Amino acid sequence: MLKQAPTQPVKDREMLMSSAVKVKPTDPAPKKLIELSGVSVTLGGRTILTDVDLDIADGEILCVVGGSGTGKTTLLRAIAGLVPASKGAIAVAGEPVRAPRQDVAVVFQDYGKALLPWRTAYANVALALEANKTPRKERKEIIHGLLDKVGLGGHSEKYPSELSGGMQQRLQIARCLAQRPSVLLMDEPFGALDAMTRQDLQDEMLRIAATGDMTIFFVTHDLEEAVYLGDRVIGLAPDPGRIGITVDVDLPRPRNQLTTREDGTFLQRRRELFDFIQETEK
Amino acid sequence: MTTVATDRPAEMNCAVNHGMRFPKGVVVPVLLIALAEAAFRLAGFRSDSIAPPSVVAVDLYRGLLDGQILEATRTTLVAAFSGLLIGGLLGLTMGVLRATFRRLDQLLEVTTETIRPIPSIAILPVAILIFGFGYSLEISLVSLSCIFTTFILTRAAVLGVDRRMLEVGLVLRLNLWDRMRKLILPAAFPRIFVAFRWATSLSLIVAVTTEIAANPIGLGSAMMMAQQSLNPGLTVAYLVWIGFVGWLLNFLLIKVQRRYFARFSTSALDEK
Repeated sequence: MLKQAPTQPVKDREMLMSSAVKVKPTDPAPKKLIELSGVSVTLGGRTILTDVDLDIADGEILCVVGGSGTGKTTLLRAIAGLVPASKGAIAVAGEPVRAPRQDVAVVFQDYGKALLPWRTAYANVALALEANKTPRKERKEIIHGLLDKVGLGGHSEKYPSELSGGMQQRLQIARCLAQRPSVLLMDEPFGALDAMTRQDLQDEMLRIAATGDMTIFFVTHDLEEAVYLGDRVIGLAPDPGRIGITVDVDLPRPRNQLTTREDGTFLQRRRELFDFIQETEK
Repeated sequence: MTTVATDRPAEMNCAVNHGMRFPKGVVVPVLLIALAEAAFRLAGFRSDSIAPPSVVAVDLYRGLLDGQILEATRTTLVAAFSGLLIGGLLGLTMGVLRATFRRLDQLLEVTTETIRPIPSIAILPVAILIFGFGYSLEISLVSLSCIFTTFILTRAAVLGVDRRMLEVGLVLRLNLWDRMRKLILPAAFPRIFVAFRWATSLSLIVAVTTEIAANPIGLGSAMMMAQQSLNPGLTVAYLVWIGFVGWLLNFLLIKVQRRYFARFSTSALDEK
């Protein structure tokens, strides 16, 4: 299903129509994991999001872009069950979302505030296991496994303040993975990191998503990041926030920081999104 | 990868510097004491109301040696700490509950705001009627004063916990008790400890005031007795000692704070 802002040039629309939804080339009929139908969110009398229809397939990486105040984060929080939809329905794995779920993890942008500064890296990951009542005996192995997975194997006894920004965000991701989620909601997770660290983490995230068979909802304001990571990118239009454009990213995986970003399709998709954002910000 | 940020508490470096430097702050008090002593000696000044520093020092030494000062200190501290414990725990509980449950906060607001402005020492006459003299009088007044200090600061500390921390608890699906125990209280703890420090100094103030005004036990009472027996040396010796005890308590608590809370968000630690 394609939705477009009325302002979108006709040639782009034709091009979009021609690109098929490729979620996972190996999976002929991906099932919907997250479904939003007619979702509106009103907070404090203000309509933040209106009439959002969105299906996210199992295993899909969906990126969300949009200018400030278009409701990207609110959309994520609604799926997370942190804010209620005032209209419409949100379902994850067929069940309506009313509160946070164990199989949906959230990676916040401000890792500094999301990590517990009084707990070591090990104990920060342990928090998720304590929450989901993992037996004490099994915790140690799981935690070390996860810390290894995000490249923090040698840092388990360090406190967050002793880790760099990139390492802290890895730690938060490890804690989310400890929830054993099927959905990872990521709210501009790499926005505060320097360019090199961001690229490292983008690739690691793709690797983790591929091995863990995870569905990812990724909010960013970096268009290149969205195209690089996503199977599909949606752009939100403002006042009130709504889906203005949907772009399918028909780029092969695994992606590569150099070759993918030089690919003609990559540049074309980025341009479509760029034009869309330009248009909405007028 | 980026480099690892080593986030050492700044005060560690300061401590090293302080150790190396000449303590300039001591110059003025030492000079003043020396001047006072010189004035007494050169002018041959005798008084029933003021004692030269040397006499104060001798009286302090004697009082410490024969145990009367230490005995009075024990009494005052037992009363102050008991009151601190009772009042502190009540204030802590009230602060946490009222920061957590908004309805309760609104329900109790008028009541607490009416009682809070009354200086706890003003309740002394009523408290004497209820408790008579002794420990229970002093402990009740100290607890009363500590409840509100701890309550107000704890409530502010819990309300000041970053929203993100609360959301982490929700997203991880921790129940209210675990969110309180594992996230909110530890996050608020550095500020709560500051509340505890304030309450500690307040407990000593109220205990000594009660003793000076009415209660015939402890340091305040002993100081009054020295004064009434026209012994200015011992009176001032008690004053110096009370000051020392107050300073020592605060010093120890700051040490504890720096030693244990350096890991917590440092912005929450004030250096007062």
